Amino acid sequence: MGRWRVIGSRLATFVVSLLAASLLIFLALNLLPGDVAQAILGTNADPDALAALREQLGLNRPAVVRYLDWLGHVLIGDFGDSALTGRSVLGLIAPKLAITGWLVTLGMAVAVLVAVPVGMYAAFARRRWSGFAVSALSQVGMSVPAFLAGILLVLLFSVHLQWFPANGYTSLSTDPVGWAEHMVLPVIALAIVQSSVLVRYVRSAFIEVLGEDYFRTARAVGWPVRAALLRHGLRNAGLSVVTVLGLQLATLFVGAIVVESVFAIPGLGTLLLNAVLQRDLVLVQGIVMVLVMLVLLINAIVDIAYVLLDPRLRSREDGDAA
Amino acid sequence: MKKLSLVVGIVLVSIVVAMALVSLVWTPFDPTRVVPAEALQKPSRRHIMGTDGFGIDIFSRILAGSRIVMLVGVIAVGIAAVLGTPLGMFAGMVKGWSGTLVQRATDILFAFPALLLAILLAAAVGGSTTTGMVAIGIATIPVFARLARAGTLQVMSQDYVLAARSAGTPWLSVARRHVWPNIAPLIGVQASVSFGMAILAEASLSYLGLATPPTVPTWGRMLFDAQKFLFNAPNLTVWPALAIALAVLGFNVLGDGLRDHLDPRLREVS
Repeated sequence: MGRWRVIGSRLATFVVSLLAASLLIFLALNLLPGDVAQAILGTNADPDALAALREQLGLNRPAVVRYLDWLGHVLIGDFGDSALTGRSVLGLIAPKLAITGWLVTLGMAVAVLVAVPVGMYAAFARRRWSGFAVSALSQVGMSVPAFLAGILLVLLFSVHLQWFPANGYTSLSTDPVGWAEHMVLPVIALAIVQSSVLVRYVRSAFIEVLGEDYFRTARAVGWPVRAALLRHGLRNAGLSVVTVLGLQLATLFVGAIVVESVFAIPGLGTLLLNAVLQRDLVLVQGIVMVLVMLVLLINAIVDIAYVLLDPRLRSREDGDAA
Repeated sequence: MKKLSLVVGIVLVSIVVAMALVSLVWTPFDPTRVVPAEALQKPSRRHIMGTDGFGIDIFSRILAGSRIVMLVGVIAVGIAAVLGTPLGMFAGMVKGWSGTLVQRATDILFAFPALLLAILLAAAVGGSTTTGMVAIGIATIPVFARLARAGTLQVMSQDYVLAARSAGTPWLSVARRHVWPNIAPLIGVQASVSFGMAILAEASLSYLGLATPPTVPTWGRMLFDAQKFLFNAPNLTVWPALAIALAVLGFNVLGDGLRDHLDPRLREVS
C-alpha cells in the first residue's frame, strides 16, 4: 500500500470520527432530560411560555432534523448563539481558545523538553539506583492530578517564596512580563503530570532500542553509547513518542480546564465550566465540539506526519513503484 | 526492586480499603458537622489532623472521603472492564466489518477523556456521584477494549486455538476456555491502573464541583475548600493532597508490581 493511500484512509477515519463525535455530543445534550428552553426560563417556568420558547428555538422539531441542522451550521463554521447571552458561540470561544492554546502548547513543550532526556537516562541507567529513582519519581508525578500540582506549586512559589502570583491573568499583548509571570505555575502544573507519563514511554521506547540489532551493531563497530543513542535511538524511539504525544493531547486539554480553574485563568475551561453551571447547553455543545475537533484534527496530522516520516513506509512505496 | 512495587502497592491499597471500611462504622467526629467555634485548629490530641475552615475534623473527613474513592473506583472500573473486555475479545476474534466497527467505535471514544464526558453529562442532567462514575467508566471502556483485543489476537494465533477451532469448538467456548484465561491477568493489571486513574478523575470532578455534591465529604472538595486558606492555613491542603497522591500511587504501583510478577519476560528486561 502506497503512502498516499495510507494518508487517504487516515483522512477518511478523521472525517468519520468527527461525525461520530458530533453525534455523541448531540445525543448527550439533547436526548437526556432538560433542554435549553427549561434552562433559560428555569424549572418553575409557566408551561405555555416554555412551549412558546421551544417553538421559537425550533426545539419541537424531530431530533434528527435538529442534529442535521446543527451539523450543517457547524460545517460552515456557525456554532450557534449562546442561549443565555445571545452572543455567537464561536465569537465567545475564539479569544478564550488563544489563552488555553498557550497553556496546552507550553505545557506540552516543557513536558517534552524534560521527559525526553530524563526518559533516555532512565532507560540507559535502568539497572542502577539512579534509573530506578527516576522511574519511581515518574510514578509519583503520575499520581498527582494537575489541579493538585497547581495548588502545591502555589503553596511553594506564591505563599512561601513569593516568586510568582497565586492566580489571575494578564494579556500577552498589553503586559508580556506579567503574562509570563502568570503562566509559569500553570504551565509547570500541566507539565509535571504530562512529563511523568511521557518519561515512562520514552524509557520503554529506548529500552527497546537498546536491544535492537542496529544499536548493537553501532556499538560493536565502535560508536560511543551516547552517539549511537542520539543517531539511531532518537529517530526510532521518536516516532512512537510522537504518537503518544498525540494521544495525550486530549488529556492535556482537560488538564488545562481544571488548571485554569485553580489559577482563575479566563480560558476555554473557565468558559466551559460557567456554561455548565448556567446550563447554557448551546455553548457547552459548541465548546466540547471545538475541543474534540482539535484533538481529532491534531491526531490526524500526527498520523499523517508519521506516514510521511517513517522511512519503512517510504521504502515500501518505492518498492511498489519499482 | 520489583518485589518492592508489589509490596508498596498492596500496603497502600490495603490502607485505603481499610479506611473506607472503618469509616462505615466509625469516624472520630461527624465528618459533615459544622462547628464554627472550632474552625482552623492546629493538629492536637483531640483533632489529630486539625480542623478545617468549617470546624470539621479533618481526619474524619479524610476517612469518609475514602468511601467515595472506593465507590467511584469500583463502579467506574467495573463498567469499563465488564463492557470493554467482551468488546475487545469480540473485535479480536471476529474478522470482518463487525470486528472493525467495534474497534473504530472504541477509537472514537478515545477522543473523549473521562473529565470531558463527565462535564457533558453534568451539563445535560446535573452533576452527581452517579454521573461522575458513569462518565469515568464509559471513558475507560476503550482502554480495556484495546487491551483485550491485543491479547485476544495473540491467543488466536496459537496452535492450540487453531486446533480447537478446526475441531469445531464453538466461538463462545473458545473465548471462555482459551482466550479469557490468557487475557484475565492483563485485565486485572489494567483494572488496578484504571482504578488509580478513576480516583484522579473523581478528585478533579469533585474539586470542580461537577460530581459529588459539596455536602458529601470528598478529597477533591476538601482541596477546593482548603485553597481559600492557602495563605493562612496551608496545612489544610496537605492532608487531602497526601490522601489522593498515596491512593493513586498505591493502585498504579500495584498494577506495575502485578505486571512484573505475572510476566517473567518483563522481569528480565527491565
